[in-house]
Amino acid sequence: MLKYIVPLVLFVVLIVFLAIGLQNDPRYIPSPLIAKVAPAFSLPRLYAPDAKFGPDLLKGKVWLLNAWTSDCRGCRAEHPYLLELASQDIVSLVGLNYRDSNQLAKSLLDQTGNPYRIVVTDNSGSVGIDYGIYAVPETFLIDRKGVIRYKYIGPLGPDEIYGTLVPLIKRLKQEPA
Amino acid sequence: MIPELGQFALIVALICAFIQAVLPLIGSFTRIPNLIAVAKPAAQAQFLALSVAFACLVYAFVTHDFSVAYVAQNSNTALPLIYRVSAVWGAHEGSLLLWALTLGIWTFAVTIFSRQIPSIMLARVLSVMGWISIGFLLFMIITSNPFERLLTVPTQGKDLNPLLQDFGLAIHPPMLYIGYVGFSVAFAFAIAAMWSGRLDAAWARWSRPWTNVAWIFLTLGITLGSWWAYYELGWGGWWFWDPVENASLMPWIVGTALVHSLAVTDKRSSFKAWTALLAIFAFSLSLLGTFLVRSGVLVSVHSFASDPERGLFILVFLVLVVGSSLLLYATRAPLIKSHGHFALFSRETALLLNNVILVVLAISILGGTLFPIITVALELGKYSVGAPYFNFIFVLLGTPLALLLGFGQFTRWKQDNFERIVRPASIQIVISIILGGLTILLMPHFSVYALLGMVLAWWVAISTVYSFLQRFKNKSISLSALGKTPPSYYGTHIAHLGVMIFCIGITITSIYSSKKDVLLKPGDSYQMSEFSYRFEGAKPIVGPNYRGYEGLVIVTKNEKIIAEMKPQKRIYFSQQNPMTEAAIDAGVTRDLFVALGEQRGAEGAWTLRLYYKPFIRWIWFGAVIMALGGMIATFDKRYRRAKKRVAVKATASAAPGAPA
Repeated sequence: MLKYIVPLVLFVVLIVFLAIGLQNDPRYIPSPLIAKVAPAFSLPRLYAPDAKFGPDLLKGKVWLLNAWTSDCRGCRAEHPYLLELASQDIVSLVGLNYRDSNQLAKSLLDQTGNPYRIVVTDNSGSVGIDYGIYAVPETFLIDRKGVIRYKYIGPLGPDEIYGTLVPLIKRLKQEPA
Repeated sequence: MIPELGQFALIVALICAFIQAVLPLIGSFTRIPNLIAVAKPAAQAQFLALSVAFACLVYAFVTHDFSVAYVAQNSNTALPLIYRVSAVWGAHEGSLLLWALTLGIWTFAVTIFSRQIPSIMLARVLSVMGWISIGFLLFMIITSNPFERLLTVPTQGKDLNPLLQDFGLAIHPPMLYIGYVGFSVAFAFAIAAMWSGRLDAAWARWSRPWTNVAWIFLTLGITLGSWWAYYELGWGGWWFWDPVENASLMPWIVGTALVHSLAVTDKRSSFKAWTALLAIFAFSLSLLGTFLVRSGVLVSVHSFASDPERGLFILVFLVLVVGSSLLLYATRAPLIKSHGHFALFSRETALLLNNVILVVLAISILGGTLFPIITVALELGKYSVGAPYFNFIFVLLGTPLALLLGFGQFTRWKQDNFERIVRPASIQIVISIILGGLTILLMPHFSVYALLGMVLAWWVAISTVYSFLQRFKNKSISLSALGKTPPSYYGTHIAHLGVMIFCIGITITSIYSSKKDVLLKPGDSYQMSEFSYRFEGAKPIVGPNYRGYEGLVIVTKNEKIIAEMKPQKRIYFSQQNPMTEAAIDAGVTRDLFVALGEQRGAEGAWTLRLYYKPFIRWIWFGAVIMALGGMIATFDKRYRRAKKRVAVKATASAAPGAPA
């Protein structure tokens, strides 16, 4: 009588889902920007305020946009790993200095080293709003077509960089522009 | 000292639970009468120990014993006495203790009101309940001890979540828990019956009053929760399809199916395996609800405390309890023979269909609630379904449910013929459509859903009255005839009238409510439909453990003052987030609802949220009437008859309108 086992089977399936659910963070919210074109902006560069930078300038390349501030602990925690990543020349790192003072930002990078190819300054925070940033650091991975493919909230560590980001970057580099 | 006594009492309760679970289990296999006889006193001792533990925690709250971590986190000296008592179940540890105590009360009640039950059956029932109790007590002692002490004693506590400082919410969890945990009795009876291999109609009869009472409390608990959300959360809604609300609704829906299915098993000896499955299902959903609320697996406005490690414990417990009962079901159910045969066109069929719809509804709500977990687990990304999905499911399945309710009432048990009911049924349908249409003419505008809702409400009302009168078809309605009518007959029909009232409430409230956010300076007025809201300004106020503002809004209709409304905005001393105390002018056909928003500018202007909620009280009133019907049915003498069962066939087939 197979039909009497059906409830048990359904229950086992339910338990499997609940067990998986228990391991996921319920507060994790995927960005609505994933698979959308990175919002355009034109912001002054920290080291060359007269020259502007926008996502369109890196079209055809895979790059990372890392939002940071000089007074954020998480940003300092991920900083050495960003330096290491930058030295490997796998991907272009763009820093989005978010609602910060240019002076403080510069002095921090001068002291600890600069992992970014380009740093742009979003003093008013308006670009941050376009990207839905609510807690720095946040990192966006943008593909050759200018589409956001991945977003990470919080400080990046070796696991996130070499476990997730680098393999994904290598794959995205294979995709046509 | 007192907290240690409470801690000790918990351990004693656990030991009693072990004795209550294990010895009768051995006794039922070895048939040693002494072991079987242990069940009752062990259960009573466990109840006593739990009462002591609970009293100790209440004492710690009342006397501001902040050396107890749980007290320090949930109470402070400014908290009024009533909320110090209700703070006992205001957070995780204490609600578990309340859960355990509630199970203790139910178990104790089973030991008292069980004289007609054979002692071996009773021992099995108590053993099952003992195992459940062991799970909860271990959970509490290992992961969530309410009596844990702090090394450094704070001079002041943190205060109870201000949302919970409300009378409605003070009694909402106990009601809900009595309901949830009450399904453990039906569960234990079903397990015991399958275990003995004697899944006869007797266990259904024993289970019925217990299931009824649990269902009544769950109904009232959910209603209170909905009412609380309406006036306390300040959003003007009465149901949000929040995971925690769904967690209480699912056992209610399956419990409703169980109440009806037990009736069939009791009276007609049919649906035995199905009824047993529903009993397992109802209690499993209660446990699942606890898991969802307490594990942090879903984020909800209601899950004030959540912790993944506790979640793992409950999950394992869920696997053991539900898994083993479904395994038992899979092995025993094939052996069950249902004796009561019935034709396709019969009351049994109508009730079976109703049952199936209810179960599908519960599963749909379960699927919707777990949807985010499922999509993340399948790596599809995180998606959740909201009110549109649930409302759609509810209307889609509620419609045939209401239709069948009518047919179920006036079809006969076992076999009916279509010709007999086609005439009265079609007349009633036509009257329902006409009256439904006329009702819509009274409404501000036409809506197909409103028409559907009103036609269904009339149909439920007319078919219920018709079915009630069927009993008196061949005799006049005299006082003595009414007196001889069994309470369960009244109960059934009253509960169904509750469904009608509920149906009117949700239909009109959902479709004809209006809401407006306005910015008003003192002296400004805003006109919404026939009501004019004049804002007189807001002044600062100070309460026992909060300060805030109180606005004054005078509502007039045709220059006549209807209500003076005083919405408040409170900031509790211990916590910084402001709370909204909406002002509500309640009425039979409409509620006016004003919530105070934010102060804007220097001229004393405030944002206000105004609601007009027609017939919203009918939703809760309908639910209360359903519970009342259940209560009346529970008083039926048939449940208190002696061990020997009277043959049901004769009585059941004689009266076409016999109660279900």
